[in-house]
Amino acid sequence: MIPYLEKRAEHSQTMVYLSPFIALALTMLGGIILFSMLGKSPTQAMHAFFVAPLTNLYGWAELGVKASPLVLIGVALSIGFRAGVWNIGAEGQLTLGAICGGCVALWFYQVDSVFVLPLMMIGGILGGMFWASIPAFFKTHFNANEILTSLMLTYVALLLLSLLVHGPLRDPDGFNFPESRIFHEAATLPIILSGTRLHLGAIFALIAVGGIWLLLSKSLIGFQVKVIGQAPAAGRHAGFSVNRIVWFTLLLGGGLAGLAGIFEVSGPIGQLLPSISPGYGFTAIIVAFVGRLHPVGSLFAGLLIALSYLGGENAQITLNLPIAVTGVFQGMLLFFLLACDVLIRYRIRFSSASGLRHD
Amino acid sequence: MMETNDFEHKSLLELRNMTRSYPGLLANDQVNLTLNKGEIHALLGENGAGKSTLVKMIYGVLKPDSGQILWQRKEKLIASPAVARELGIAMVFQHFSLFDSLTVYENIVLGLEAHQVGDNLDERIVEISQKYGLPLEPDRHVYSLSVGERQRIEIIRCLLQNPKLLIMDEPTSVLTPQEVEALFETLRRLCHEGMSILYISHKLDEIKALCEHATILRHGKVVASVQVQDETANSLAAKMIGEEFSAVSMTAAHPTGELRFVVDQLDYLATDELSVSLKQVCLEVRGGEILGIAGVAGNGQDELLGVLNGEIRTTPTSAIQINGKGCADLGPDQRRSLGLASIPSERLGHGAVPGLTLNENTLLTAHERIGLVRMGLINYQKSEEFGLQVIRDFDVRCHGIQAEAGSLSGGNLQKFIVGREINQQPSVLIVSQPTWGVDAGAAQAIRMALRKLADSGAAILVISQDLDELIQISDRLAAICSGVLSKAQTTAEVTMEQIGLMMSGVETVEDETKK
Repeated sequence: MIPYLEKRAEHSQTMVYLSPFIALALTMLGGIILFSMLGKSPTQAMHAFFVAPLTNLYGWAELGVKASPLVLIGVALSIGFRAGVWNIGAEGQLTLGAICGGCVALWFYQVDSVFVLPLMMIGGILGGMFWASIPAFFKTHFNANEILTSLMLTYVALLLLSLLVHGPLRDPDGFNFPESRIFHEAATLPIILSGTRLHLGAIFALIAVGGIWLLLSKSLIGFQVKVIGQAPAAGRHAGFSVNRIVWFTLLLGGGLAGLAGIFEVSGPIGQLLPSISPGYGFTAIIVAFVGRLHPVGSLFAGLLIALSYLGGENAQITLNLPIAVTGVFQGMLLFFLLACDVLIRYRIRFSSASGLRHD
Repeated sequence: MMETNDFEHKSLLELRNMTRSYPGLLANDQVNLTLNKGEIHALLGENGAGKSTLVKMIYGVLKPDSGQILWQRKEKLIASPAVARELGIAMVFQHFSLFDSLTVYENIVLGLEAHQVGDNLDERIVEISQKYGLPLEPDRHVYSLSVGERQRIEIIRCLLQNPKLLIMDEPTSVLTPQEVEALFETLRRLCHEGMSILYISHKLDEIKALCEHATILRHGKVVASVQVQDETANSLAAKMIGEEFSAVSMTAAHPTGELRFVVDQLDYLATDELSVSLKQVCLEVRGGEILGIAGVAGNGQDELLGVLNGEIRTTPTSAIQINGKGCADLGPDQRRSLGLASIPSERLGHGAVPGLTLNENTLLTAHERIGLVRMGLINYQKSEEFGLQVIRDFDVRCHGIQAEAGSLSGGNLQKFIVGREINQQPSVLIVSQPTWGVDAGAAQAIRMALRKLADSGAAILVISQDLDELIQISDRLAAICSGVLSKAQTTAEVTMEQIGLMMSGVETVEDETKK
């Protein structure tokens, strides 16, 4: 009995939805093996990871805090991935959004006006869009691979932020620590659940989910995204411009990543630091795929991945596990998901050892 | 009586109850076939009838689910093409496996087993090529050869192995009429020397001209095994299609209307080595008229379609005119609003998106002319109404408007695409390979729909490699060769020989020297 893969006549819709759950189960199994090998009780570790963080309201609010940037970026990336535009540099676009929005906040330091926050958000969006426009330009003019350009620009952005907080944006009263001033009241995001850190960004993440769902299901440009992602030649025959879609998806991804960036620094963090994100821009790629490149799917996937951040922190405190466990968990989830996705197009069959098949 | 007995003794290959299934499809169902020594045996059937599956099993590429293969009256298990070659079975595939950047000689060496190469291989190549009328220069590079010459390499490669059986899969689909005649001459000579040939085709004239026996497949089953001389082309067609085949000529005298589509000295410079430049293309199509463009694949047809439908933009604007308006620099959607519609030859991925529903595929090209988008938002209900009308009008068999385009059979999807364009009532329609890979019933329906559209006053340009089809439906014929378009001639007055010359570019060259 040798298992082999047989191509399905049609894609399995069941597997499209089942695959994330199988992947999640396999990730849990992988986690149990991992914890056993580390000498920890698997039940205790699983509890610390997935249950303990959600035992009170504060925990749920923290889930929202972590999920907001993931969902915001994840839905935007899923549009690009559907079009076959592989923007891997959302982390850099997030950073640029934080820099530009942060500069607005520091420029208007101590100015008490309701316009400061909206201006910061616009600054953040424009910053992210600017950073994403660089790979878009190179892709449309020189056919440069956006995976490489957008990824490499991420490191440029991180170094730029480091340069700025070590130099021009450093807090003059900050004893030479590499940090900016702490944003004043008018430049800080309002909290929407008192006693927690849940901020306005969560609302925007939900709006983004709804907006992009509408875009994909009802608008011509959303339709163009689907067509060009699946069959570029059919798109050209219909008169859709591939370059326009490259620009649109990269600018949308960059803009929402930039918005997520300014939400981070004006919300939970409250100032510019050399490091402002635990890799939200990269993790959002997992969110997009686990969410089946669907806005609503991305919402749930964002919550799940956010839980892995919280669980990782909690496991670090209560079980003395290294923080790398979070990354391992997220990596396993993506790995198993991509593996399970094979079953959308193939099914497993068993044959006797002698049954040679040539196709 | 003696002769029949003798015949049975000469059996070279016998297939008994060969069966092979794919997921969701029984490709071969209890197929029996007997092939004698020294005969040319036709395997006849429509696309998808199971011909390729059957020969792949004979050649050891596919393993049958059940059934027996008797080779020289002994049962054999042909587990791989190497085993088949050892027995003496050689095959020329429809798609060649040649390296463009290598020479003829190098390609032949690569295809042989080490022990077959020997010292005097070049001499043997020359000997075989002279003996069987397969002229080839061993030192030429493959990229500089015509399709016919490339096929000769494959044939010589097979003959060097001294096969007893030569299988040829649709060998003439890419050849000019002259090249076909030369190939037939070669095959007859081989057969005269005692080689057996299994000839796969769906072209009835060829089978009448070449073969003695024919085994006819339909939906994976043998429906008839006949002596070709006892049959007419019509009776063979009837057996192949399963209904009485009506080969009505559809080029009645048509009053030609106003000038709808004009191409005036259109040039297009190829952007890479694999595409073909178009040189000084001129043509005119009037309302009510179908202009056919013949030509062997790869002579600029794809580029011509792209330039004409707007996927490739050119200058000057006036080089292409739709209803008198210059549009060479406009995109596909702008040309659509001027009255153009186009159907590319590749259904999946070009004419339609396989992973999207029929409703979404309706939207793909109809959104402009039918007005399915308002303020950037899609009116899916209106597109559904339009799509359902197409499905009804063109008898598209599918699980409704929400079926994925990729789930339809080739013929049904093609009917849908053709219907989608025709129902937009274009004044100019450009079609490439309208019935390629489509079963005969659907092909006939599509041709009639094209004729009907022309009769209602539209100008139609058909680019096709199927000469029979062009002769059947077009009022005038031209041919494209190396990016140069010949002058169009009235179909009723042109001979097969003239068309062959046009397709090989001779007519145009003579024309130029006269000037």
